Amino acid sequence: MATALFGDSVKRTEDPRLITGRGKYVDDIRLTGMTHMAFVRSPYAHANIRSVDTSAAANAPGVLTVFTGADLQEQLGGLPVAWLLPDLKQPPHPPLAYETVRYVGDAVAVVVADTAYQAADAAELVDVDYEILPAIVNAEAATKDGAPQLHSEAENNIAWDWNISGGDYDEAIKDPDVIVIKQRIVNQRLIPNSMETRGVVADFDSGRGNLTLYTSTQIPHFVKLLYSLVTGHPEQKIRVVAPDVGGGFGSKISIYAEEIVCGIVSKQLGRPVKWIESRSEAYIATTHGRDHITDVEIAGKKDGEIVGIKVDVYANIGAYLSTFAPLVPTWLFGLMLGGVYKMPNVVCRVWGVFTNTTPVDAYRGAGRPEATFLLERMVSRFAQEIGRDPIAVRRKNMLASHKNGRAVTTGVMYDSGDYKGNLNKALEIFDYRGFRSEQRAARRAGKLLGVGISTYIEITGAAPSAVASSLGAQAGLWESSNVRVHPTGKITVYTGSSPHGQGHETTLAQLVSSELGVPMEDVEVLHGDTDQGPFGVGTFGSRSLSVGGAALFNSLGKIKAKAHTLAAHLLESDPKFVTFEGGSFAVEDIPDKSMTFQEVAGAAYGAANLPPGMEPGLEEISFFDPTNFTWPFGTHICVVEIDEDTGQVSLVRYVAVDDVGNVLNPMIVDGMVHGGVAQGIGQALTEQAVYTDDGQLLSGSLMDYALPSADMFPMLEVDRTVTPSPVNPLGVKGAGECGTIAASPAVMNAVIDALAHLGVKHMDMPATSEKVWRAIRDAKETQRAARAAARRS
Amino acid sequence: MTVEITVTVNGTAHTATVEPRLLLVHFLRDVLDLTGTHVGCDTSQCGACTVHLNEDAVKSCTVFAVQADGTEVTTIEGLADGESYTPVQQGFWDEHGLQCGFCTPGMIMTAEWLLKQNPDPSEAEIRAGLAGNYCRCTGYQNIVNAIGAAAKAGR
Amino acid sequence: MVTSNFDYFAPTTLDEATSLLSRYRGEAKVLAGGHSLIPMMKLRLAEPTVLVDIGKIDGLSYVREDGDGVAIGSMTTYRELETSSLVKSRYPLLADAASKVADLQVRNRGTIGGSLAHSDPAGDLPAVVLAIGGSVVARTRRSSREISIDRFQVDLLTTALHDNEIITEIKLPALPSGTGTAYSKFHNPASHYAITGVAAVITVSGGTCTEARIAVTGAGDKATRARRTERILKGKELTPAVIRRAASRAAAEVQDTLNDDIFASAEYRTHLTQVHAQRAIEEAAAAAG
Repeated sequence: MATALFGDSVKRTEDPRLITGRGKYVDDIRLTGMTHMAFVRSPYAHANIRSVDTSAAANAPGVLTVFTGADLQEQLGGLPVAWLLPDLKQPPHPPLAYETVRYVGDAVAVVVADTAYQAADAAELVDVDYEILPAIVNAEAATKDGAPQLHSEAENNIAWDWNISGGDYDEAIKDPDVIVIKQRIVNQRLIPNSMETRGVVADFDSGRGNLTLYTSTQIPHFVKLLYSLVTGHPEQKIRVVAPDVGGGFGSKISIYAEEIVCGIVSKQLGRPVKWIESRSEAYIATTHGRDHITDVEIAGKKDGEIVGIKVDVYANIGAYLSTFAPLVPTWLFGLMLGGVYKMPNVVCRVWGVFTNTTPVDAYRGAGRPEATFLLERMVSRFAQEIGRDPIAVRRKNMLASHKNGRAVTTGVMYDSGDYKGNLNKALEIFDYRGFRSEQRAARRAGKLLGVGISTYIEITGAAPSAVASSLGAQAGLWESSNVRVHPTGKITVYTGSSPHGQGHETTLAQLVSSELGVPMEDVEVLHGDTDQGPFGVGTFGSRSLSVGGAALFNSLGKIKAKAHTLAAHLLESDPKFVTFEGGSFAVEDIPDKSMTFQEVAGAAYGAANLPPGMEPGLEEISFFDPTNFTWPFGTHICVVEIDEDTGQVSLVRYVAVDDVGNVLNPMIVDGMVHGGVAQGIGQALTEQAVYTDDGQLLSGSLMDYALPSADMFPMLEVDRTVTPSPVNPLGVKGAGECGTIAASPAVMNAVIDALAHLGVKHMDMPATSEKVWRAIRDAKETQRAARAAARRS
Repeated sequence: MTVEITVTVNGTAHTATVEPRLLLVHFLRDVLDLTGTHVGCDTSQCGACTVHLNEDAVKSCTVFAVQADGTEVTTIEGLADGESYTPVQQGFWDEHGLQCGFCTPGMIMTAEWLLKQNPDPSEAEIRAGLAGNYCRCTGYQNIVNAIGAAAKAGR
Repeated sequence: MVTSNFDYFAPTTLDEATSLLSRYRGEAKVLAGGHSLIPMMKLRLAEPTVLVDIGKIDGLSYVREDGDGVAIGSMTTYRELETSSLVKSRYPLLADAASKVADLQVRNRGTIGGSLAHSDPAGDLPAVVLAIGGSVVARTRRSSREISIDRFQVDLLTTALHDNEIITEIKLPALPSGTGTAYSKFHNPASHYAITGVAAVITVSGGTCTEARIAVTGAGDKATRARRTERILKGKELTPAVIRRAASRAAAEVQDTLNDDIFASAEYRTHLTQVHAQRAIEEAAAAAG
């Protein structure tokens, strides 16, 4: 393998182990004396626990111990929240419930046995006597007087009442030329479904008092910190390892009850404890995403000028506050309501509401898809109402291009963007005019064909820590890197970000190779083990390269500087005459005076001849805290065809042109766009979590929750524009979530466009075949009735 | 009740005494320590546990180990010869057909079988052939490309 | 998710298997391909204490000519049906329906006998066999009987099979010349089971429909003949208007047991059943013509 450059599509170094079955996920860990844990979970959405009889379970074959919530109440503490809002209500969140259960899946007891099968058998024998209480699952209904109350701390189940505004919306809509379009939009609850469920192996070493937690997480360092804060276990005696992690999509950015319980039980038992979540368990025990009920209005003039947007949101947060729950539907949502438009007036109010459902936290995009859906759907709706082309309306309102900061109404500063240039490129690839004539012909032939567009912008790369702190973050959101050059010149990198499919081992080695001119195979990238490097933050919110990669870049800069000084000293030259190219230091104009990087590394450790004041060794740490978020943007265009008889929606074409700044590895970025788009399409067409009124999850397995499958998709046409970000030294922006954010509104706008001539103006996601069939039927009824009325008059 | 079974896995015969309810996937993972075969669901949908049973691709979460008594099983660990990969494995690597890698062993085992039945599949046939395998990372695009590339390499 | 414990027997002859079923009558379940039973057991919706695995018995997997008709061994997999040239030429709808069952891994294990014995309300093959007609051969330790397919599906997940019987064979009759067949399915996007599936076997002679067997699955509690639809078709020239009218009655027989779930309301299922009845009848009529 040779050296790699910034911008090369380098094949992944992770893959050889993963394509041969040699990856190491949590469930693959086997420790001597390992025991297996099963959780007993509430089958009711809301109930008081009268008693728990564990005797039958305790006597079942292979069972070592059974603990109830009451048994462990003292040791377990309560699960914390990492983001605060003004006047946030924080009711206690016990890892094991001991008085009241508040959602189906709330854990009440654990059984530990020699084998997983025995633990599962015995868990069925734990007899809990419940006093069933009335439950509530709808966030709006939960705020009404008389609704069942979840927590005494949160009156009317309201955890927060948050707002943000810019401009003066009420004043703007007084203009008689302004029309206001109102719509209620439900952004349905989704279930993340990483292919690997969660799992934990806890291994307490009673001799040293050290606890090792192997856990399928996106945030191993935060798990270490929060475990320590919750249990009092000294932080230096905790090691958290996220081995190969099989996807997360935001559902693994929380500290979970099971992590705490496994650790405590391992300590009590003096043996390793493994818990692996089953898929059915994941449906109720791992956080969900989205779930907003929104009243939105968009205001604009007949000529297409948009003057403002106003939204009121009931954000369903489930039964308890998950770790980042207060952040997702507030800042990550409200800040995005201006989109790529001038949008002079924005008003946003968000109620966070407790309900008897699984807690809601980040899911790919986290707040931004909800905002972007509202905005992009309503801009197209506005265009439809005023009888103008949705692209013309977008163009008219779009922000001008800028390279270094543009303040917008929501109070934030977009870093850089060329929104019209990006739109133009997408339209060129798509051939918009050509499509419109094809669509007219299709309609004449009785086919329902529609095109949808979304021109999105989103916020990635959290964060400037001071800004995040001012918004409520309880921890810094920088990222760390450690570069250790070994005496042979081989390199170990530790990154504080924690991949679960993103390919850090490849891209970060590629960055090292590109910067130092060393071969890729000389670089080992480590991650996800808190004992192997400095404290880190983790992988979420499309931050790994723009924050973690920048931290690595800065470490490499320090390495280069020291090596440069040392090389000049050894080459007996003034450093300013020493060049560094292709992994070699050389003195200008003196061909035979050169040293390889590896030779310099050896000299740094040999320490026989160092410049005065230079310490031996070649190792550097950097913590990078950016000055701003990064703001990727782009244009997605989708074509759908609808089977009028059944309402079934088929994707015909999908064009994605994203701008994520500079691109380190195009192959990996394209792959992220594919996957992100697929998840956005999943939300638009098939996925939905459905609860009964009494809190039973009907979509509680893969038999009942429709994940997108391979045959749903055409080949996605992916391209990009490049507007470098000024806020990090690599000029990169986040790329992990843009596909998801862009896709849902593009698809739904296409569905509505296919039906627009029938008078259809809106439909909530997912556009299931039944919903589309009903919309067509109802629209035709309305048209028939109108024609009949016209004939009569 | 326990039952003695002999299953030939990746060419080696293994005899073990098992509970009848032991699933083949757990036999492979927990008895033989072949952890390349993954469990992604519990309702026979996701396909992460796909192995070959007497040369047929099957979901090993929906087969009891006792049913596999006397059969030959191939798992993901049985495909490559050292670092020499099959065209399907190579295709997944070359075409970036995996991200988190969790669905990958099952995807590859399905793809191997698919190409054995149909060495020159169309894109639509590949997509239809993946109906029993979920991936949450790739949007399937590069998986389809990987299998297409493997078909080409195999011809 | 693990099943509860059970005792397991893997007989190598039918005599042995039927003896075991008699011995453990009421406790034992027959394990064929396992793709209906094992998922139910993992969810602990079924907890048999004895399993009799008939997968080790030779000679239960075949498709062969049987007089004028075709006999299919009960352990024949969906995959074998899908690829059998005999099935493809004699009962194209059976091969087509088999190819639409779940996914290829399931089709490699699931069997026609298991599918019929389980009688899932949304299974594909029960409707197809019902539309073709024929019978199910079931054996006990002492005797064997043929159960007409029209009397086989009794109720939700319930057949005419006794708990000491094993399905050994499915006998399909010869279809008269001038017969066309089709299976039209709208599948559940998550489970791939039929939200509705309509199987049509239509014989046309001299421009007139002389025989029609239409069966519906997915809509109601079991695979059901759409007899009102059949009556409308029989004796008529199959004009678009006749087909439309016949299809509009396709859900009549399942009106009282219509499924209603998060993927399709009862009303939508009725509509889909009509749409797919029309598609199946049109396709079968075209093939017959």
